[in-house]
Amino acid sequence: MGRRITVHPVIEFQKGAQVTIFYEGKPLPAYDGDTVASALIANGIDVFRQSVNLHRPRGLFCAIGNCSSCLMIIDGVPNTRACITSVHEGMTVEQQLNKGMMP
Amino acid sequence: MIETDVLVIGGGPAGMNAALASAQSGAHVLLVDKFQHLGGQLVKQTHKFFGWAEKGAGTRGFNLAKRLSEDVMNNDNVQILLGYEVVGAYRDGTYLAASWSDHITIKAKKLIVCTGAAERMILFENNDMPGVMGAGAVQTLMNEYGVLPAERFLIVGSGNVGVILAYQLLQAGATVDAIVDVLPKLGGAYWVHAAKVQRLGVPLLLGRTVLGVYGNSRVESAITAKVDEKMQPIPGTEKRHDVDAVALAVGLMPLTDIFQMMGVKTVYVPELGGFVPWHDECGRTTNKDIFVAGDAGGIEEATTASIGGTIAGLAAANDLGYQDNMQAVKDNLEALSIFRTSSLSKKVLEGIERMRGELNA
Repeated sequence: MGRRITVHPVIEFQKGAQVTIFYEGKPLPAYDGDTVASALIANGIDVFRQSVNLHRPRGLFCAIGNCSSCLMIIDGVPNTRACITSVHEGMTVEQQLNKGMMP
Repeated sequence: MIETDVLVIGGGPAGMNAALASAQSGAHVLLVDKFQHLGGQLVKQTHKFFGWAEKGAGTRGFNLAKRLSEDVMNNDNVQILLGYEVVGAYRDGTYLAASWSDHITIKAKKLIVCTGAAERMILFENNDMPGVMGAGAVQTLMNEYGVLPAERFLIVGSGNVGVILAYQLLQAGATVDAIVDVLPKLGGAYWVHAAKVQRLGVPLLLGRTVLGVYGNSRVESAITAKVDEKMQPIPGTEKRHDVDAVALAVGLMPLTDIFQMMGVKTVYVPELGGFVPWHDECGRTTNKDIFVAGDAGGIEEATTASIGGTIAGLAAANDLGYQDNMQAVKDNLEALSIFRTSSLSKKVLEGIERMRGELNA
């Protein structure tokens, strides 16, 4: 998808070491310093969960931990905010389809 | 348990300056932020600031954030707790901060709340669809993480945030289809910024609002229409925009939950973004041990948040008896009033006056 910015007139982006996260079981490349949200969006994934009642697709809205639009199941824990959770090697990420149940 | 003189919640421009001012006066400060780094929303600002050189005019936001956070980290009186959110507040000065896996009890004599603001949402068809984002969210993704969430953007709102976002998107290599604003004239943006993005080919469509976004599980197009003087869409004026994202720059609202928890008086002041804690010119609320600084006390911008943070930090340390900061407070208040002589500050000043008058109402 080429969503990572490579050339910028003002900012020098310093990518961290590459790590692999597993989205719905599928390996995706990410970098140290990414949040789950930035890593998914960089990989072309925009739908993070479904709304609880009408099952409408939901994605990132505020990106700073205020709005709860990006709740996902991360490392098995539901209702985790993808926008303020940093990635790590081997992290598992799943779409959340309901209110979420504690593992 | 951590015991401290001053607890500062939020490590943005207001919080960092508040922490520094209290710490430099001799007080012990605990600074808590939910992110893994300091800087708040300054880290995503790539433009150079206007205003007062001492508070960073002429410096790009992210460089300002870096400089300030280094000052904070190098100050021995400041203890920093990152990745924690203050989730509990008790009226005897006990607080609970939690991370994903841990929690800490805090005992503090003074509290300075610098929690900032949240982005506003507006009503239109499918406004919950992925691809509809706050303008600040787009800035965070592209300027902090180097990721562009879409290729073609429609921006709603021609205030400072909307116009600056348009310029930043162009810098990052995206296309901006248009900036729309429901009002018939330019929002709160500096005219020089608005002229710049128009020169770069971004149409500024005034008197127009977004009716809906459409697509299969994410935004693939948006429809806008002109509005009449009652802000109702005019049939026949619809325009289709082939965009894959809509960025909402329709204003911010102060994050004031903690004031309500603590029984501090809050006042509804539209000019300041909604409910704000009543506060005096030092940021002192109706609870003399609780201060506010930055957007949490009324939506403004980073320079005034910085000065406001310094004032609150000085006042808190002064109240604790560390040193006489009254002259320094006075100097900073003067700087603040000079900065607010710009016509863009008129609304804020009216809001502050209205808030002050509400104490005995």
